[in-house]
Formats: sequence, C-alpha cells, structure tokens
Amino acid sequence: MTFEDQRTTVYKINPEHPESETLPTLRTEELLLNMGPQHPSTHGVLKVILELEGERLVKSTPVMGYLHRGVEKLAEDGTYHQFIPHTDRLDYVCAMYNNFAYCRAVEKLLNLQVPERAEYLRTIVAEVQRIIGHQFWLSAQALDIGAMTVFFYCFRDREILLDWFDELCGARLTTSWYRIGGVERDLTPSLIDKLKQFLDYFPPKIDEYQVFLERNRIWLGRTKGVAVISAEDAVNFGLSGPVLRGSGVDYDLRKYEPYSAYPKCEFNVPVGKNGDTYDRYWIRVMELYESVKIIRQCLDQMQDGPIMADVPSVTLPPKERVFTNLESMIQQFKLFSQGFDAPPGEIYCGTEAHKGELGFYIVSTGGGKPYRLKIRAPSFVHMGAFDHMARGYMISDACTIFGTYDIVMGECDR
Amino acid sequence: MHPLLQRIQQTFSVGITGLAEWRGDAAVTVSRDKLHEVAQFLRHDPGMDFDYIVHVSSVDWPDDEERFEVVWEFYSIRKRHRLRLKTRVPESDCVVDSLTDLWKGADFMEREVFDMMGIRFRNHPDLRRIFMPDDYTEGYPLRKDFPLRGKGWRDTFDFLDEVPR
Repeated sequence: MTFEDQRTTVYKINPEHPESETLPTLRTEELLLNMGPQHPSTHGVLKVILELEGERLVKSTPVMGYLHRGVEKLAEDGTYHQFIPHTDRLDYVCAMYNNFAYCRAVEKLLNLQVPERAEYLRTIVAEVQRIIGHQFWLSAQALDIGAMTVFFYCFRDREILLDWFDELCGARLTTSWYRIGGVERDLTPSLIDKLKQFLDYFPPKIDEYQVFLERNRIWLGRTKGVAVISAEDAVNFGLSGPVLRGSGVDYDLRKYEPYSAYPKCEFNVPVGKNGDTYDRYWIRVMELYESVKIIRQCLDQMQDGPIMADVPSVTLPPKERVFTNLESMIQQFKLFSQGFDAPPGEIYCGTEAHKGELGFYIVSTGGGKPYRLKIRAPSFVHMGAFDHMARGYMISDACTIFGTYDIVMGECDR
Repeated sequence: MHPLLQRIQQTFSVGITGLAEWRGDAAVTVSRDKLHEVAQFLRHDPGMDFDYIVHVSSVDWPDDEERFEVVWEFYSIRKRHRLRLKTRVPESDCVVDSLTDLWKGADFMEREVFDMMGIRFRNHPDLRRIFMPDDYTEGYPLRKDFPLRGKGWRDTFDFLDEVPR
C-alpha cells in the first residue's frame, strides 16, 4: 500500500458526507486541576485550583488555611514576652527576623530605646538570617526548576550558619534570641571569629552558585520573561521585598525608614528592571553580597556596652542573675506571667525581612496583653497577586512562581 | 498636627469623626458612608498619592455601640508617608465598602478580615472564607466572644466517669 492509499483510507471514510474529509476540529474544554496541598513545590501545604486551557493557566485560585493555627488569637491571650516564641513559628526558616520585627513593634509601642551594642548585634544576626533565608530560597527555587546541584551547595553553606546559631542561642531554627529591649546574650569571641571566617569564605561561594545557574540554558529559559509584573501593578498589589524590587521600585524599609544599625552602614539596594523571575533571582543573589558587607561594617563599628535596655519594669534581667538572685527571679517571673503595663494606643511597625515587609499592628488598651495583634505577612500578600502573575503562563511555571515569592505557609496562614 | 491630617480635615468638612497621631503614626477615622470617597482622595490626590496598601485589619470592641473597627493602612512610595484609615460598623449591619477597586492587594486582605471577624465588604469581587473551611459555621474566630480553644465538636464530648476496660 502506498502512502497515497493510506491517506485515502483514513480520510475518505464516508463518501456520502463530504464534511468528514476535513480534519475534525479539536474539542476544547477547560480543565480544572488541583495542585497541592501535597505538592513538593508548594513549599508546605498550599492548594491552588488551576483552570487550564491546554497547558496554559487561565485562572488560578489559591486555597489557603491548611496551616492556620490562630496565632493572632493566641497573642491576645499571652503577655508580650510570651509571644516571642510564637513568632518563630511564623516564617520557620527565618525565625530571627520575625523575632526582630515583633520586638521592634513592641518597642515602638513602649517608646523604648535599645542600647547601641544591642542594635549592632541585632543587625548582624538579622543579616546572617537574611543570608540563610536567601540560600534556602535559592536552593528551593533551583530545585523546583530542576537544577538540583545548587541545592546541595547552598545547604552546605547554610549548615555552617545554622551551627553558628546553635552556638549563639542553642537552637538552629526556632531561635527566640531577640528580647524586648535588647537581645538575650552577647556574641562570644569564638562566635565573632567564626563569623569572620565565614565572611571570608562565603563571597567566592556566591560566585559558585551563580556559575551553576547563569549559563544554564534551562534555568535561563524558565526564569527570563516568566511571571512578569509591572511596577505599577506590583505596588498596587502591595508586594514588597525582592518581588517588588524586581519590578524596578527601590522600596526597602532599611533605606526608607532606617532602623537599628542600618543607617550607620553603607550598602546598596539592588533593583531589577524587567520584573521577571530572573531579576528577582539576581536581586536576591546581589543581596547576599550586600549582607556580607553590612555584617563586616557592623563587626568593625561595634563598641562594648550593655545589650539590654535598663528598664526593669519592661526588660528581662540577665539569666545569670535570675538563677542566683531572688529579686531578679521574681522580676522574671512577674514579667512573664503578668507582663508589663503597656500604654493604651495603637501602632504599626514594618520591618524589611528577606521576604518583604513583615509588619505588626498592635492595639493596646493598657495591661500586660495586647488587645489585638495583626501580622502583616509578606507571603500572604504575595499570594494575592498569584492569579495576576500566573495568567497566560504554563502549568510548570506555577512552580516557578511559588518559588519566586519565597512563600512559607507558616507565615502565610499564621 | 500632622500635615496629612490637616489636609484631610480641610478637604472634608463632614464625615471625619476622629484624627489622631501617636508614636508618629497618623490615623484618621471616617464615618462609614464617606469611606470610599476619602479612600479615593487618598489614592488619587497628588499630595496624598497613597499607592501602596500595607494591611487591612479589624478590631472588636464588644462594649461599644458600633462594635467593629476596620483598619486600612497605606503607604506612599513616592512621597514616603504613611496613614491609617479607620471606620466603625455596628454588629447588626457590619458592611463596609470594599477598596479593591483602588488597591488590588486589598482583595485577599479583606477576605481575611471577613473570615476572621465577619465583616462584609460591599462590591468585593470574591468574598469567601480564606483560612477557615468554606462550610465552617461556628462563627468568626477573632471576635472577642469566640473562645480561645475554639468551639464546636469538643463541646459535645462527655466526661467519662471511669476509663472503660
């Protein structure tokens, strides 16, 4: 049978109906696909209902709340000091920055001045946490896209910093090291040595991460021009952090509303141009270099001094005194069980965490417990723009977009 | 007084029920029917230019006549200033205008307020529960009269006199 014959047998089935000669039109139908809640690239338990046309996303509806633990309700039942360990569980990969943002908010409520050395310590540890956060993000994003090697390299270096945290406060992830009015304990000479060693070790490693990705054709193909959002839309959606800066808006609270030791350090805020996934990647990698710069400057400028504000009605006594001195023990006990008398009023205080603006809105009516505490979590706000950013891209790009937001569901669902 | 609050007071003769400044945060309370108009002014006026929405929140004051307070917080990235906009609603009719037409980011934030406090937003495109299950009927968790340990199926448990063997 020749080729011509074959064609005849396929298409000319029924000579009475000439319309059957034409190719049958493709049947189109919208497909509804549930992605998650048990999908490795959703970074926890997030479900997204995708409406598909072929492989293109027409509409996506995030379904959240699988990790909702009612943290805001819990806050109303505990004293201000008791809430610090709860903040660890918001964004559980970067606990230090949550502690920092919360303590700053309470200090604003109390109008409390933090000693200078404590400010430097806070900035150093916050920037170490930012490095950890960005390493974690880079490894997860690369893994989602299919570049597995970077994951191992990032985790190798992240391990050094987690061990450093372990030595600092006894925990690797849920740290609770910040205190209202200062920090829990000082850096020991051994910790400072280790940190300095790391600062010398780390910058060549950042170059190494980039070598894996910047000339990787798959990485470029799956990040350049994917999930583009214009600057105007990004601002209107309330995006913050690297996701907003990727679109060319240099909104960074460390520069806009300087706090802690940031005004005393010189650093740049990397800003992207195209608003695509690649630019957001580039910003985060550049921020790694900037964090190293900030930590170096803080270590050089830091002077000796107290690490906790001296306001006994609010701040906790040092731990050594609690175990040896009766009055200090009573003070510690009363501060934790009854709390301090906060003035009535309401404040909002935003802090630039590595994911974006992490803010706390606290309403106080006096007394030891917050009347209402609202957490402005960047991951939650970013999920609001998911439908807008994913529209028109492929299913596989949905994974890229989860990654580029750097979402952590603990913070998103609270 | 904060220059922003002064400006708002000059522009709106009625509908502003409170202006406050504490710890550097400026807050303006408006009556419910003026809310959208004031929000439009904040969004589009060149002197205000609030283009960035920070958060939407709500506070429950069970003893007050107008029980719920809805709070929006805005920031202007070009002008670098911040403002809090508040309004009060009674429990019997807790509906406020949605600001999703001015700030797209308000969509999810207002859904969260609806889910947690039960305040409805007029003209919201998709007002559904966001954290709690869709078929959750036990009320709104962040209201002050909602017990901390939750309510529902736990309340129906019987106390056992002795452990059955």
